[in-house]
Amino acid sequence: MSDTIPFTIDGVAVEGRPGQTILQAADDAGIYIPRLCAHKELHPFGSCRVCTVKVNGRPQSACTMPCAKGMVVENNTPELLEHRRGLVEMLFVEGNHYCMFCEKSGNCELQALAYRLGIMAPRYPFQFPDRNVDASHPDVLIDRNRCILCARCVRASHDLDGKNVFQFVGRGSKKRIWINAEAKLKDTNLDVTDKAVEICPVGAILKKRQGYAVPVGQRLYDHQPIGSDIEAKRAAAAQA
Amino acid sequence: MSELEQGIRQICATFHNDKSRMMDIVQAVQARFGCVSSVALDLIAKAVGTARVEVESTVSFYTFLTDQPKGKIVIRLCSDVIDEMFGMGPVARAFEDALGIKVGQTTPDGAITLEWTACIGMCDQAPAAIINDTVVTYLSTDKAREIVAELRKSGDPRKLVHRLGDGHNAHPLVRSMVHNSIRRKGPVVFADLPPGSALRKALAMSPVEVIRDVKTSRLRGRGGAGFPAGMKWEFTRQSEGERKIVICNADEGEPGTFKDRVILTEYADLLFEGMAIAGYAIGAKEGILYLRGEYAYMRPLLDHILQVRRDAGLLGREVCGKRGFDFDIRIQLGAGAYVCGEETSLISSCEGLRGDPKNRPPFPAQKGYLGCPTSVNNVETYCCVARILDRGPGWFAEIGSKGSPGTKLFSVSGDCASPGVYEYPFGVKLIELLRDVGAEDAAAVQVGGPSGHLVGPADYNRSLEYDDLATGGSIVIFNKDRNVVHVVRKYLEFFVEESCGYCTPCRVGNVLLLQKIEDILHGRGTPADLAYLEQLAKTVKVTSRCGLGQTSPNPVLSLLKSFRPVLEALVKPQADEFLPTFDIRAALGSTEDLIGRKSVVFTP
Amino acid sequence: MAKPKVATASLAGCFGCHMSILDIDERILQLIELVDFDKSPVDDIKEFTGRCAVGLIEGGCCNEENVRVLKDFRKHCDILISVGECAICGGIPAMRNTIPLKECMDEAYRNGPSVYNPTGVYPNDPALPLVLNKVYPCHEVVKIDYHLQGCPPPADTIWQALVALLTNKPMDLPYELIKYD
Repeated sequence: MSDTIPFTIDGVAVEGRPGQTILQAADDAGIYIPRLCAHKELHPFGSCRVCTVKVNGRPQSACTMPCAKGMVVENNTPELLEHRRGLVEMLFVEGNHYCMFCEKSGNCELQALAYRLGIMAPRYPFQFPDRNVDASHPDVLIDRNRCILCARCVRASHDLDGKNVFQFVGRGSKKRIWINAEAKLKDTNLDVTDKAVEICPVGAILKKRQGYAVPVGQRLYDHQPIGSDIEAKRAAAAQA
Repeated sequence: MSELEQGIRQICATFHNDKSRMMDIVQAVQARFGCVSSVALDLIAKAVGTARVEVESTVSFYTFLTDQPKGKIVIRLCSDVIDEMFGMGPVARAFEDALGIKVGQTTPDGAITLEWTACIGMCDQAPAAIINDTVVTYLSTDKAREIVAELRKSGDPRKLVHRLGDGHNAHPLVRSMVHNSIRRKGPVVFADLPPGSALRKALAMSPVEVIRDVKTSRLRGRGGAGFPAGMKWEFTRQSEGERKIVICNADEGEPGTFKDRVILTEYADLLFEGMAIAGYAIGAKEGILYLRGEYAYMRPLLDHILQVRRDAGLLGREVCGKRGFDFDIRIQLGAGAYVCGEETSLISSCEGLRGDPKNRPPFPAQKGYLGCPTSVNNVETYCCVARILDRGPGWFAEIGSKGSPGTKLFSVSGDCASPGVYEYPFGVKLIELLRDVGAEDAAAVQVGGPSGHLVGPADYNRSLEYDDLATGGSIVIFNKDRNVVHVVRKYLEFFVEESCGYCTPCRVGNVLLLQKIEDILHGRGTPADLAYLEQLAKTVKVTSRCGLGQTSPNPVLSLLKSFRPVLEALVKPQADEFLPTFDIRAALGSTEDLIGRKSVVFTP
Repeated sequence: MAKPKVATASLAGCFGCHMSILDIDERILQLIELVDFDKSPVDDIKEFTGRCAVGLIEGGCCNEENVRVLKDFRKHCDILISVGECAICGGIPAMRNTIPLKECMDEAYRNGPSVYNPTGVYPNDPALPLVLNKVYPCHEVVKIDYHLQGCPPPADTIWQALVALLTNKPMDLPYELIKYD
């Protein structure tokens, strides 16, 4: 019995391993599928929907869908790219994203994905929601204006830190990231060394006194689009 | 120890300090103390051994739960488009005037809260409201004033029921003014079955034979998706795990749907019989009836019927004397969340969590309630099962159409002479149904509720079945004087309110769709907006995580497909340099008021 | 043949985007070979003298004067470009959008720590433009043809975009030149 799962992504043959999702198999094969909520140290969540691919013609989130033998996956198609642009634009207008003064700018996955998708301005009207900042903790702050509700902090706090600092409250457009305390982050057992603090893809959870440390021009996504590291694997394999 | 602490300890102990019973715990706390306050959150978390924020997460998800004190009496007005069509606007104003508050507020003495709520399943007797657990129907402005006077006097909503409805609505455990409105009986659901007769026939067979019969009948799920019930049972039976679960989805929340209300009132025995058969077939000992919070008024009756069945040996240990087959059913009450009609959200809710859908795979048949293989079926589906086992799969498969065997219940409401519940064989033409209900002149029909399709006369010759006009059973009729774009706006408002917010497209996209439809309704639309709507609707449909977001753009897509001229008449090319969506008067109005000076640049 | 004309304006912005325009350094001489400037703070022409090929807008709309100017630009320019974050998203001025207008006005003119206003009257000279209920990105007020991102957009971005438009070439900006900060 073979222990690999052959399938294709945009016509390219890929070998997945048992238990892998489409996204994980694609990463190993050097094919980048855009994602925001997915993170290699966390169990799949499937909320941002940016990794939506078509599996045998049906839309599925690549981060939650196990790979199966012979499946035909479409990833980089004009239709899916258009939907992904739409989703990223939705996230931009849903919150208050001021890249020009955000500490995370240049290292922000939302911003980087927008760059990669060539978004010049969102087509949707800005919602300008009223959200708050909680800087009560001595070492960490939450700026809910920037939160994209990806649950990375929720999962990391629970599964990696063995705590329960973050969870969502409310539903629909009133859904918010919330904390295990009546009101203030300082009243939780969050520690600056927690994985939940560093795993935020945007600038919603930040360590204090560490902003703007890397000069413009040397940041993660200043020169190379997000996903370049994954795609480099395939380029290297092709050369070898 | 404070009264609150003592009470919460007691309530949590009743549910074995089991955090998966969080829905029951927080509802009991709220019933006793008026709300689940901040202190209560801490106490509950401590008692069941979870984090405070987990309790808060659940409480904040459901419309009927609150962390802030509300009035002792909560009046929930149905915000559905049907209620609006039949005069809810003036009724709401009459309530506001009589109470001296606005919808969304509580009277200063803390006695009465007035709120909107999504469809309460009373569209055949609209406008309607729920006052605590008491349903009041056929409201008028006069009745609104009388209700407020009565509530002020007695403080007891049950005293509002003067004339009882028909059938079990008049049962001493129900005492409701709701009417069944059964307009057409068919051979499957609305027929009599002596309790136990189908169950005994099933128990005489092996579980595998029962599943074979259900497969032979080609029964498909009545919730709307139409998945073959026998296959679902087979998967559940074959999944690994000692503990298996049968769940009945009685979270009938699709606006315009009320057929389950009637089944639960009049044919609960048939339903419980079907659940027990399912339990036997898949090897489950536990059944859960997930009852929407709006139908809480039926719970005493349903609990009673369950007890009668236990006493008759039709539930409990060794059902009907069958050795090795124990099966019982508990009722899980919802708390106002349409998304919990989605089967994985419903499971989350049964587990005491927010009603977020779960990722699939794994499917509930593999890993459902608390990780156990679970079969979730619709109320009507279980009724069909009981009948199939009683009359035989061949008998059932003969009824209806080839791809859609059996009958279907339709909840008919809106502009027609006889709203109510109709049982037809599958495959009936829409036009036949419209004739029977007295709505041949219908200008538009919403088939399958907001998540279904809005069709016009060109589609009336189509048939109601899975392979053509598929529907969970809601038929909402609009005459030529109704504004279909406004109807779509109302449906989008509903989806915005009911989206769980888990995934981006549904959480944000529905808000954006609603904003654009409102722009168009207010004359701020341009021809380019039709393409904008279409692209946005497709993105929401294709990328959403569960059935809610995958169908919420359907009203918009239906408009674009079947009522495009109506939209085209509302949009106009840009007249000047401004975008029509930019309203300079609105942009300046608040400053003009604040400063006390009118603009000289932009004069009205 | 007359050279095409370019107009520029700074609405609710900080003039940083205009500084970036000037940052094209000696290439401004090449630019002047290509175009004439019409209404712009660069040459201090206050009103349009004729039709323009390209209008560059810095800043969003926070008051009625911004709206008037933007409308005027739309009327006179074949191609209108939002330049920078404020024009595209509202930018820093739009941070007031989540705060009720009265609170903003009170903080600015009544209660702010550095405010001395014993009468408590808001400044109300008819010459002062009225502020809008919120700050609007330009493309939510008039149709905008292109967006140049950045705070400010790098001089190279502006240069490459302008040259492409004026020479009828597609505006394909390289990855490094599309930045939101």
